[in-house]
Parts: sequence; structure tokens; C-alpha cells
Amino acid sequence: MDPLTQWIAAWKIPIGRWGREFFDFLTTNFAWLFDNLASGLATVLDGMAGFLLWLPPSVVVVAVAVLAFLLQRSWKLALGVAIGLLFIVNQGLWKETVETLVLVVAAAAASMAIGVPVGIWAAHSERVYQFLRPVLDLMQTLPTFVYLIPVLILFGLGAAPGLIVTVIFASPAPIRLTYLGITSVPKPMLEAGQAFGATRSQLLWKVELPAALPSIMAGLTQCIMLSLSMVVIAALIGANGLGKPVVRALNSVNIPLGLEAGLAIVVLAIILDRMARIGKEGER
Amino acid sequence: MRPAVDFRAVDIIFGTDRERAAALPMVDAGASRAEILEKTGAVLGCAGCDLAVERGEISVLMGLSGSGKSTLLRAVNRLNKVARGEVIVHDGDWSASVVNCSESELRKIRRECVAMVFQQFALLPWRTVAENVGFGLELSGAPAKERQERVMAQLELVHLEDWAGKYAHELSGGMQQRVGLARAFATEAPILLMDEPFSALDPLIRTKLQDELIELQERLKKTILFVSHDLEEALKIGNRISIMEGGRIVQTGTPEDIVLRPQNDYVRDFIANVNPLSVLTAWNVMRDARDLKGAGEGWLWLDRRQTTRFKFDANMLVVDAERDSQPAIWVSCDNTEKLPENKPKVYWAHAGTPLKTVMQAMHQSETAPVAVFDEASRFLGAIGVRDVLKAIVRGSPGEV
Repeated sequence: MDPLTQWIAAWKIPIGRWGREFFDFLTTNFAWLFDNLASGLATVLDGMAGFLLWLPPSVVVVAVAVLAFLLQRSWKLALGVAIGLLFIVNQGLWKETVETLVLVVAAAAASMAIGVPVGIWAAHSERVYQFLRPVLDLMQTLPTFVYLIPVLILFGLGAAPGLIVTVIFASPAPIRLTYLGITSVPKPMLEAGQAFGATRSQLLWKVELPAALPSIMAGLTQCIMLSLSMVVIAALIGANGLGKPVVRALNSVNIPLGLEAGLAIVVLAIILDRMARIGKEGER
Repeated sequence: MRPAVDFRAVDIIFGTDRERAAALPMVDAGASRAEILEKTGAVLGCAGCDLAVERGEISVLMGLSGSGKSTLLRAVNRLNKVARGEVIVHDGDWSASVVNCSESELRKIRRECVAMVFQQFALLPWRTVAENVGFGLELSGAPAKERQERVMAQLELVHLEDWAGKYAHELSGGMQQRVGLARAFATEAPILLMDEPFSALDPLIRTKLQDELIELQERLKKTILFVSHDLEEALKIGNRISIMEGGRIVQTGTPEDIVLRPQNDYVRDFIANVNPLSVLTAWNVMRDARDLKGAGEGWLWLDRRQTTRFKFDANMLVVDAERDSQPAIWVSCDNTEKLPENKPKVYWAHAGTPLKTVMQAMHQSETAPVAVFDEASRFLGAIGVRDVLKAIVRGSPGEV
């Protein structure tokens, strides 16, 4: 090693150690908080999954198909949804699919619940957006495995840490798309609202949100897809679902199991994507 | 009577607080927009604008793009903030200073006193026509039933009752702007701001909507502040016109005032291409009865050439007429009936008769002067050929 490099590397900035100390601090002082949070989340997720598994699969299949019809007013879609779900039942992956469905829907709901208000806030405040931009970049580019470790330490194994890493990964999409939607509301529309005496909240609910709705809905579909793509990684930290068989197949080089579970994920992705396209079709 | 909208020495400057503070002294010194921008970085919107918009009139702000006309208009409902000066809105006995009022007062002004029509319509595309028209009422919390009734009434007013359930993009541009008009009328605000409302429409539709607006105004008697870059439009619909240049009002007056007495070269250039026949009336060109030459025993010569004379009674009502020493009959300019060929004719007009009609009458009577009567048929004055020529030539830049 040349002297210059040696000199630069001589005082290594202890980022790794600071990080560990920070998480040590959190675990020692806030263990009660994270434990309660984890068990609470797990109870909710397990309860939802338990209820859906208590019902006979055929009932759930029909219910989802009816929901698909109600959302999109398309017999073809309802039929396709039913066929897709029956295929999963046929492959013997029903339990895993229901667990994944619950995780994905819960993660997407949580991401939207965080993402839409934060996106609105950022759209209304340049300062908030300036602060948020690097944070969002970080959340989207930091390799998932990096924050898998601290989340695992704080929340333990199970569904709760799976949900939390999924939300971290998926929520930047609705934040960005809500921000985009609200900031690109045409100025004359806003001025029409102001000119007729809208309050701030009327302006938000009656002008900005309806105008931004297509963009926000695009955020929802993206959010669902991102959540689904986290299924396998969530399985690594103990979340149940379709990720489990995939991980198992990888460890035991089991091609048939990997194929079956992989196809089930694809089918679920297609079903959710088609069902969540609210408003988009109507715009065209 | 107090004006409905009163602008008092209004300055509007776009920029940061510091830039604005630096710009104000320059505005006072009469610096131009370019100078202010270069020195301070602030953009001058309007400077020292004084204007009173009287109740029930259509006041037109007129100028090229960038002259500050829209900027001044938007101060009335505080879409633009006023840097210095006052804008007072009067509604009946109630009045408020738009510049200093509180948020809640501002909302009252925007919901109840001042409605606005936008150049690009600014309709909300996810709402039906009826929902767009009811937008203002919805914001002020009007109950659904009342809202529906008022919306239907407004839609009938602009002939769109069959389109209530359609979406804005299903309508043509002209129809969309009718929706914009109905939305503004629906709040029953007495003051209407119209920011180049017809500029985005094709000429045929534009003319039609101008006519409709004039017709509606006859009935509704709103106070309208109208921005336009089209002088023909301004002259057609305005009761009063303010010409703006570089953020300053250079002349305010009636359409005839602007055409007959332009105050500077800018206004003169502006009106150079305007056909004076479209604004001038008999009143603008006539010579007053008191300036006419007597012809003895109650007679007055109507023209300088002394071809035609009228005899009057004590109330200035015509009792006899002569043309080229022959007894003549006097008939209205608007008369289209067949008249006896053998008797000389002298035409008469009202003060408000368009100059064009007067000229046609003159032509038919072989250049006889035209008499001007008031509503009670009393004689006001007379128009000779020379008066007409003078009025038309005066507006053009060649003759100063």
C-alpha cells in the first residue's frame, strides 16, 4: 500500500460502530416499545390470515372474484381471478398464498397511509420536500439486506419485521407519486378554487386530491407490486407466505417446488394489479 | 354612489420582500419595468393604478400582453397581492379592503361578492357540468337542494340545461366558457371578474358570447371588470375603458372618449386601426343647437351651407322645416318605410343612434344635415357632412 492510501485509511471513520451503538441504545431503552409493536402487528396479521384460512378456500375464491367484479365491472376479470386462485388451491399453496396476501395488503395499506399524507405535505412545503428527497433515495437504493439486520434485532423473527421492511421498501412510491400528482395540478384549477373562496382543506379535498387521483392510484399499484417483490426477502426473517417455499426450494435445489411457488406469486401479482387499477380505466 | 370596486394607487410587484422594498422608490420615480427588473430583480406588475369601477357598469382593462391588466384584475380577489395601495370592494352597505382584510373576510369576498371567469375556463374535469356550476355554492356550504335549483336556473340562463350531466371535455370551447360564466353567476356575487374570457375561442363563437354577455348584463346588471387585449371587443362591451401600458393606466374613459380624444401617442397607435364607426354615435359628432346660426323668426340653420332650416316652438319642438327653400318633412333615420318621393326630406336621429346610421340617412337625403333629438323629441343639435368627416379623420394618426 502506498503511503497516501495508508494515511487515508489510518483513521477509519467508525460508521459501522456508531450504527451498532445506535441500535444497541434502541434495544436497551425501547425494547418494550418494539416488542409490543411486533406482537401487536403479529396479532393483527395472524388474526386476519387465521380468519381467511378458517373459511373454506372456495368461499374466499368466490368472495375475491365478486370483489374483482365490483371494482372493475368486468366478468372476464372475475372469471380470471377465480381461475387463478383455483390453480393456487390446486397446487397446494393456499395457506402460503393467504398469508402473503394478508402481508401484501397490510403493507400496501400501511404504505399508502404513510405515503399519501407525507406526499401531500411535501407538495405543500418546499422545505419538507428538500429534506425528504435524499431520504427517499436512500430508502429505495439501500440494499434491503442492510436494514433487514437491525429490523431483525429490534422486532425479532416473524410477520411484524416482514411488514416493516416491506413498508420501508414500498412507501417511497406512493410518496413520490402523490407529490407528483399534487404538484402538477394545473394552476388555473387551483386559482378557480381560491377565487370561489375555498379554505385550505376544501382546496385539498375538492381540487388537489381529485386532480391527483390518477397519480395516487398509480402509486397504489406500484406499492402493491413492490410489496409482492419483498415476499421472498420477508421470508428470510421469518414472515410466513409464498416466500417460504421459494427459500426452501433454493436451499434444497428443489426445482419443482420453486417453480410452483414462483408461479403462485406471479398469479397473485397479476390478480392484485388488475384489481387495483381503479380510476385508470375510467380516465381513458 | 360609491363605486363597487375602488383601486387607489395600487402597486403590484412580484419578487422577494427585499426586492419589493428596493423597487418601491423606483416605482415612485416613474422607472420602467425593465429598469426595475435590472436594478432590483423584482418584476413590476402594476404601478399607481387608480380606477373606480361603478356599480352596474362593464369596465374594461385593455392593453397588450404584459401591460399589467390581468395583474390588476387579480388584485380584486387577492389572487395577486398588492404591495402598496388599496383595493376596496363595496357590496351594498358592506365594504372591505381586499389588501388588509383577514382570511375569513377574504373568503366572504370571494364567496359572496366577487366571482371570476377564467381565460382557459379552469373547469374541474372530474365534475359534471352541473357540479362545476355548483362549485362555488358547494364551497360556501349551500344545502344540496337549494344548490340544485340555482344550478339549473344558471344553466338555463346560458342555454346548457340539456348538458348538466356531461363532463367538461365533452363540450366545445364556447360551451365550456358558458359553464364558466354560469359558475360565476351561480354565487350571485354582484361583482364579476373576467380575465380574457373569450380570447381562447374562435372568432365566430367569441362574437356570439360577447353578444350573449351584453344581453345577460341588460338583465343582471352586474359590475363587471373585464380584461381584454382586443380593442374591438373592449369598445363593443365596455361602458368604460382603461388603456394600460407597462403596468400603468395611461387613459380611462368612455369608448368614444378613447377614440375621439386619445391622450397620448400610445393610445393613438392603439386606436389607429379601429373603425370609428363602430363606437361613435350621433351625440359624439353633432354641433350643439346653441352653436347653430339663427335664420330669423324662430328658425335655425342646420348646416353651414344654409340649405336646411328648422323652425322651433318655445320647447325646442320642431314646427316647420325647409330644405332649399321648399317645405320639407322630417323622418327618423331608423325609418325603413317607403317615403313620398316628391317632398324634400330631412332625417333626424337620437343621441345614441350609431354614426353609421346617420351617414346612411345623409346619403339617402343627398347630404342633407341630420337633426338630433332627445327622447322627448326636443332638438339637441345637428350633424353636417363636415362634422362626420372631422370625427372620422380625427381618430387617425395622420391628422394631429
